[in-house]
Formats: sequence, structure tokens, C-alpha cells
Amino acid sequence: MKYSAHSFLGLFISLVIVGIGVEPGQPAQAEETKIKVGLMLPYTGTYAKLGNAITNGFKLAVAEQGGKLGGRPIEFFTVDDESNPAKAPENASKLIKRDAVDVLVGTVHSGVALAMTKVARDNKALLIIPNAGADEITGPLCAPTIFRTSFSAWQSAYAMGKVMLERGHKKVVTLSWKYSFGEQSVAGFKEAFEQGGGKVVKEMYLPFPQVEFQSYLTEIAALKPDAVFVFFAGAGAVKFVKDYAAAGLKDSIPLYGPGFLTDGTLEAQGDAAQGLITTLHYADGLNTPKDNAFREAYQKEYHELPDVYAVQGYDAAQLLSAGLTAVNGDISQRDELIKAMASTTLDSPRGTVTFSKAHNPVQDIYLREVDGSQNKVIGVAVKALADPARGCRM
Amino acid sequence: MQQIVSRLQLPLWLSLAVLAAFPLFELTFYTELLTKIMIMAIFAMSLDLLVGYTGLVSLGHAAFFGLAGYTLALIAPQYEAANLWLTLGVAILVSALAALVIGLFVLRTKGVYFIMVTLAFAQMFYFVFHDTDLGGGSDGLFLYFKPDAAIAGFKPFDLENTLHFYYFVLISLVVSYFLLCRILRSPFGHALVGIKTNEHRMQSLGYPVFYYKLASFAIGGSLAGFAGYLSACQYGFVNPEILSWHQSGSVLLMVILGGQGAFYGAAIGAFVFVLLQEFLSSLTKHWQLFMGVIIVLLVLYLPGGLRSIGPLLRASLLGKTANVKPPAGNDPPDIAQEESANDRSDSLH
Amino acid sequence: MDLVTFLIQLLNGLQYGLLLFLVASGLTLIFGIMGIINLAHGSFYMIGAYLAFSLSTLTGNLFTAILLGIVLSAVLGIILEWLLISRLYHRDHLEQVLLTYGLILIFEALRSILVGDDVHSIAIPAILNHSIPLTDTLSYPVYRIFISMVCLILAGLMYGVIQRTRLGMMIRAGASNREMVQSLGINIQLVYRLVFAMGFTLAAFAGMLAAPISSVYPGMGDQVLIICFVVVVIGGIGSVWGALVAALLIGLVDTFSKVFFPELAGITVYLLMAMVLLWRPEGLFRMT
Repeated sequence: MKYSAHSFLGLFISLVIVGIGVEPGQPAQAEETKIKVGLMLPYTGTYAKLGNAITNGFKLAVAEQGGKLGGRPIEFFTVDDESNPAKAPENASKLIKRDAVDVLVGTVHSGVALAMTKVARDNKALLIIPNAGADEITGPLCAPTIFRTSFSAWQSAYAMGKVMLERGHKKVVTLSWKYSFGEQSVAGFKEAFEQGGGKVVKEMYLPFPQVEFQSYLTEIAALKPDAVFVFFAGAGAVKFVKDYAAAGLKDSIPLYGPGFLTDGTLEAQGDAAQGLITTLHYADGLNTPKDNAFREAYQKEYHELPDVYAVQGYDAAQLLSAGLTAVNGDISQRDELIKAMASTTLDSPRGTVTFSKAHNPVQDIYLREVDGSQNKVIGVAVKALADPARGCRM
Repeated sequence: MQQIVSRLQLPLWLSLAVLAAFPLFELTFYTELLTKIMIMAIFAMSLDLLVGYTGLVSLGHAAFFGLAGYTLALIAPQYEAANLWLTLGVAILVSALAALVIGLFVLRTKGVYFIMVTLAFAQMFYFVFHDTDLGGGSDGLFLYFKPDAAIAGFKPFDLENTLHFYYFVLISLVVSYFLLCRILRSPFGHALVGIKTNEHRMQSLGYPVFYYKLASFAIGGSLAGFAGYLSACQYGFVNPEILSWHQSGSVLLMVILGGQGAFYGAAIGAFVFVLLQEFLSSLTKHWQLFMGVIIVLLVLYLPGGLRSIGPLLRASLLGKTANVKPPAGNDPPDIAQEESANDRSDSLH
Repeated sequence: MDLVTFLIQLLNGLQYGLLLFLVASGLTLIFGIMGIINLAHGSFYMIGAYLAFSLSTLTGNLFTAILLGIVLSAVLGIILEWLLISRLYHRDHLEQVLLTYGLILIFEALRSILVGDDVHSIAIPAILNHSIPLTDTLSYPVYRIFISMVCLILAGLMYGVIQRTRLGMMIRAGASNREMVQSLGINIQLVYRLVFAMGFTLAAFAGMLAAPISSVYPGMGDQVLIICFVVVVIGGIGSVWGALVAALLIGLVDTFSKVFFPELAGITVYLLMAMVLLWRPEGLFRMT
């Protein structure tokens, strides 16, 4: 309820702003002109919560700099992508062509992000991806104007491969949804795990977004591996973790996975998730000055603790800010802007972040353990891990 | 007759003129939006042939739309443009064949069964593309170049050009419209309407009803494939969602919104539906609520679709009963409506 | 696959099938008796799950929540029939499809406004929150067995009601000859209202039962709806017995195809439907 009242108000205000903006006869001075930011994120459906967190994070960073980035006021254009890839090309071109945004920011769902990437490449638009981890985006589809402030599927899965080897597991079963992000996670994991001498005895997939796991759990119990590696997120992750515990597997066969398994849904997972070990580029209890300040500011503004998605949104704005500051807010200096963005070092709540040649974050991947309703950091799985950016010619 | 000609033809030609002139305003985004709407209009007209004229309420029509799109994405070479005429032919052929095969199954059923079975078959195709590696799974496939229209070295137009693509779709829409009207005017078309009105009578008159319905189903499927091909071209992207049952539901809505049993009605439905969706979703994130309420009200109070507003208004002004009645469940279908539709197609030639 | 694993998979399939039956039985009754094709049936399942979530948060007890939820969904069903569905009896299937499709959109939007878009889970009541060890690694959750038992009991109850009671007789008579029943002075309107409310409640109840193991999330009704259509098509419209057989068949086919042909798991159910259609276009147990 609260959100919808806000969104109505926000819509009303933005409509008024748009109305003022198109009014003729305004002096067009470089300092006065706004930077148009197009937010294409899910505001309805399964990923609505993630979309809101990213938006909040982005707006928090803008607000911290007095509503400006690089000295220029920011104007937002918002489109709900519904996590529907079929509508993605149209939604993206709506922002680029109708609203003529300077920067496109989005999105959560990898399929939608791939379509956005294509539209951005076709129109040579500046695109910042605050979540979707499909390897291709900073692989074969990489482009000078495309940046990512989150992760690649490969990154957190690869780190988990190393962790599971260190923990002495040799024989592992993997289970994931059958879509590219799931398959890429499993591939990243397998790469690290089999290089180090481990063996994946069976790769199991179920169609996205099915959640009837019982027959797969039976299969796992019959195979009796040393450990299980899974990729699930959101509602599916909640159900999987609970089913895994209910099937009595939690105590006999340890469960691991990229941190999406336990992020944002711990409240729903309850006891079943306690003690789970995951890897991700953010964690609770990092206890660095930057993170503490970020958490406090976020909680003050939105009355809830930030999650990894909020951090990624926040960093998207920080990245844009770095570029705009370098060109004094003159976004038409595209080459200089991109150069500054690519070479910046972000002081992110997650730690220091730089960017690879393919514009994917180079970052520490943390090892976390579920404790109560938090993913507590217990160490660093891999320091400054960079995606290999396979297939990127840039 | 003369009256019908003047009353119906004028708005049709006028709207065609507006569509033809629209790109002059140079509103790129809206030109693209109109392109999309015209593609959906072809899609909706293809379904109207089944729903409005043959009495086959299909809730799986998106299967043929999506199948043609996937065909294009799968046969197009990755690093160069595909041949438009060749791929278009293949895509339509695939849709037609699929419609024939599915038709053999689904046409064994009637009524409620038909609705559910068409839905289920479409869902099967959805899962084929969604779950297997055939079409890139749930992420779909990209098409990096729009098909090339060259014939023996001569290139009449370039689909990469937004304007050319717009006019290509506009011409496709007009051709589809006249083609459908022509089909309806033929003895075959009369037989279809007869089947919708009274299947048993047609059967006892010796018509091979099953094969007539199958042919209609295949024609509808092919035309839906044509629309799906154009849609895949426009965005250079196919995804399982284009075969989803929501897509089938939306296109059925367009047909009813405009008023079934008149191809221009289906086209109007497509325009109104897409524009309404654009408008509502720009107003609120809960646009589905308003869309749902509009649908419910439409069914309850305007079952003849928007097309029936004119006659209803005229009737209430003149104090007479409207000549477009809402089609009622067990009553015989509105024959006057069908006949006026036929007159209309006559008058267009 | 060894025998124990096979038996466990069999159990998995049966359990899934029984839950499907619970949802599909309401759908088939509404089809068969009232002649209404109801696309919003999946939404009723979703409403049930969200009722279980909201009410158990409110009362702190799942069983109380389910009891309250049953009453609420019966009332909702009656209101819905009175307000909208009753106007559809003399309309064609096309309009029924559209109106109920509109209802899906409305229910999803209302869900988003009232409860939000988050994923929620519901704790399994403490008495049922155990597992029975079956092999050295696998144990079977008691709650799943509980669900199956409830479904079986309900199936028996439904059989009893339809075969032995006056209401059941009216239901059976209403399905076969609407005019005759009316001429006998039976209030067919009332029978329809009861049947619709019953269908609504059955779907919602299935949603409530499944909520603790499936968790509660947006769009959860969609998947259920289409698979229920397949159940009804295979079983034969209006046949509760057919729905039971078809649901169990689908549960087993789905479970074992996941084990043996994971690639094709999504479509085996539809292939099964196609085969049944070739053999018996009106389903296995067409009500006559």
C-alpha cells in the first residue's frame, strides 16, 4: 500500500516535471540541462522487490550528491519491464527513442537484459546493468557503452568451486534451473571444481521456474554425493532450501551455492537455511566504514536494511557519477566519459571495485554463512576475482 | 447496398490514409509502435477468421505466431542477412503445417474442449522452446540482421530502415485484409459461415465439415505465422513468451474488443488494446487491475465489441433496436451480422 | 534405479497427483455442471495460498487459518457467482473465457496491492513438522503424507456427496438436464451457486494445503491452471472420478519423466494428452 501511494505521487510529480520540461522557451544552458536516466526494472511480478531495491540504491547515491551527478540534475524515466523478455526490446526502445534518455539502467532478469544489450548496441546507447549476470553481456556481447555493476554468473560460482575443494568435497551433484544463468553458474562452478581434481557426478536441471523438487531430492539421496551445488533464487530458492531440509538431506549432505540462494529471502526460509554456506560479492557484517555509512543512510531513507541489489543500484549511480564528473557533466563527450567510467575505482559498500576490460566488476567474492536472518561474512573466497570475459572482442 | 458502401468504406480509406501519412510526423517511437500494432492487427484478423467466421474459439493461436518467429530466427544465418522471400515462405509453411497437424487433433473436439485443448497444445510448443536447447531455452534467440528483400540482385526496399519496414507492414496489413475478405466471399468462405451458424445442417448437406474447418484452421495459422514473422523481424528477438497463453489471451481480447465477425473490427481491437495497455501502464503500476475491470465490463455490457457502439448509439437516438446484437450463448449466431460482413467484403472490390 | 528409490518416486508422483486432483476437481465440476469455462481457477488456488499466509500470520496457527480460509473462500465464491458468473450462463464460451481472463488480471493486481509482491513462506505446524527416515540419507516429510491423506479423504467425501445426498442428486440432475430440473421445482440457481462456491473452496483449500511446501509467490496460479486443464481434458469434463485418475496419471508421468527424460519433462504431460485425444476425444471418463 505504502509503495503504491508513493508511486502515484512519484508519477504525478514526474508528470508535472515532464510537463515543465517540454514547455518551450526554457533557456538551454549546459549546467541547467538535466541528465535523463531511464530506469528499466521490474516493478511487478517475482522480481519486483529486487527492482525496487536497485531503484532505492540508485536514488540514494543521487540524493547523497544533492540530487545531482557530475554537477547536473538528474531526471528519471521509469519503465516496468515485468521481467518479460518478450516486451524487452520494445520497452528499451521506448526509453531510448521516445524519452531520449542519456543513460539506460537495467535490469534484473538476464533474458530481459540480453534484449536490452542488443537494443543498446544497435542504438549505441549507454547502458549500466545493475544486476543481470548473464556471462554474454560482458562476453561476446560486450561493447564500449555497456557496463555492469553487479557480477557475472561465472564469478560467484567459480569461487564456490574453490571453496568446496578446500572443504574436502570430491564427489558433487549439481542442480539448477535450466536457463542460461543456471547453466552458466554450473559451468563456472565445474570449471574451478574439476580443475582442482573434484568430480561432478551428475548435473541435474529442471525447467525455470518450476519448484516441484521432490523427485530430484529423491535422486540426490540415491546418488549419495559428498555435497550438492545448486543455483536457485527468489521463490524457488525458498522452496528448495525448505524441501532440502524437510527431506532430511541437510544433515547428511551439505548444500552450497551462489549467494542468491539465501539473499533477500532469509525471513521466508526460516530454520531450514541456518548454517548454509554461500559465496557472493556482498555480505552482512562487513563492518567497513563505507558499508556502515551506506547501511545507516539506506535504513534511514527506506526503513529497511539494504541488500546486495541495493548495493548494485547504488554503485550504478556511483559509476555514472565518476564518468560525469570527469567530463564536467557534458555527456556529449562520450569517449572521455566511457574512459573515465572504465578506469574508475569505486568505493562500494561491498569493498573496492574496479572494472575489467569488458566492463564487468573486478571484486572480492565473500564466503558467507547464514546466521539468523543475516548472511554473515566468514571470509573471502577469492580476492579481486575478474570474469574471464570469453568471447569479448573489445 | 449503396448505403453500406459509403458508410463503411469512407472510414476505412480515411484510416488507411492516416496510417500512410503518419511517418511524415517523424515520431520515430510512435512509428515503431504503430508498426507493432499493425502486426498485431494481422494476428488478430487471422484469429477472427477462426473465432468470428468458423466458430472455432482457439486459445492457442500464439503457437503459430511464435513458431514462425522461431523459424526465422533458427534458419537465418548468424552473421549475414537472410533472404526475406525465402525465409518468409519457409516460416509461413512451418506455421501452416503445424496448424494442419494440430488441427487434426484439436478439431476432433468441440466447445469447451476445443478451447482447453488448443490452449494445452500451444503450451506444449511453449515448453518445447522453453525447456530444450532448440531455441535458446527461456532466453530466446536473437536475429542480428533484418532479412534482405533483394531479388536477383535488385533490392526494392531495405527492412533495416524503420520507414521501409513500416510501409512493408502497412502493405502486408492491407493485403491480408483483402485476402481474408476475398476468401470469405468465395464459396469456401460461405461454407465456413454456414458451419458456424449450423454445423449439422452443413454436414447433412454433404459438406466435408471437418476438412473445411481444418482448412480454415490452417489458413488462420499461416496468417498468424506471417504476423509472427514480421514481429520477430521488427525486434530481432524471439522468446518463448511470444507463444505463451497470455499472448493467445491478448489476441483473443483484441478480436472481441473490436467485435468478432468483421476483420476491420479485429484490427480496431488491436489498435485499442495496445494503446490502452500503453496508456494504463504509463499511469500506474497496477494497470492490470484497470485492464481486468475493462474486460469484465466489456463482456457484461458490450459483448458486440466496440464495433457495436455506433449502431447502438444510432439505435438509441432513433429509438430503434440495434442491428448488431450481442451474440448469445444458445441462440443461433447472429446471421444478419455475418451477412452484413459479407456485403461489406463484396463492396470492397 | 533400485527398488526403494523407485517406490519413493512412486510416492512423490502420487502425492503430486492427489494435490492436482484437489484443484482440478473443482474445475471439472464447474465445467460439467454449470457449463462454465473458468480460467480464473488458478487464481482461486493463489487466493487460497495467500489467505493461508495472511490468516496464519494473523492468528499464528495454520489450522485456524485454514478453517477461516475455507469459510472466507466459500463466501467469496458465492459473491463472485452472484455478481458475475451468474450472468454468464446464457453466454457463449468465448465470453466466459474473456470474463474469467479479466478476473485473473484483477485478482493478480489486487494481490499485489493488498499483500505485495514478496515471496512468503508458511511454517509447517509443529505436530506435522517431522520426517520419516526411509533410507540412510532420505527421509519423507510427514506433512506431504498428511496432504495426501486429506486429499484422499476429500475425494471419498466428494464421491459420497455426489452419489448419496439430495444435493448430489440435484447436481447430477442439473448436469444432465437443466430444464427438467427447473420444471421439477428445484432451485437450479441455488445449486449452481453452491457448486461454484464448492469449486472455489476446493481450489483455495488446495492452495492453503500446498502453501507450506510450495511457499507463496506472485503468479503461482498460472502454472496450476493449465495443468488442471490437461487433467480435465484427459479425465473427461464433469467427471470427478476421471479427474482423479487423470491427476494421478499426470503426477506419475511427470515425476518419472523428470527422472528418465529430464529434457522432455515439460512436454510429456501434453504428449499424454495428445494420445488420449486420439484414442478418446472426449476424455477417459466422459460423463453422459
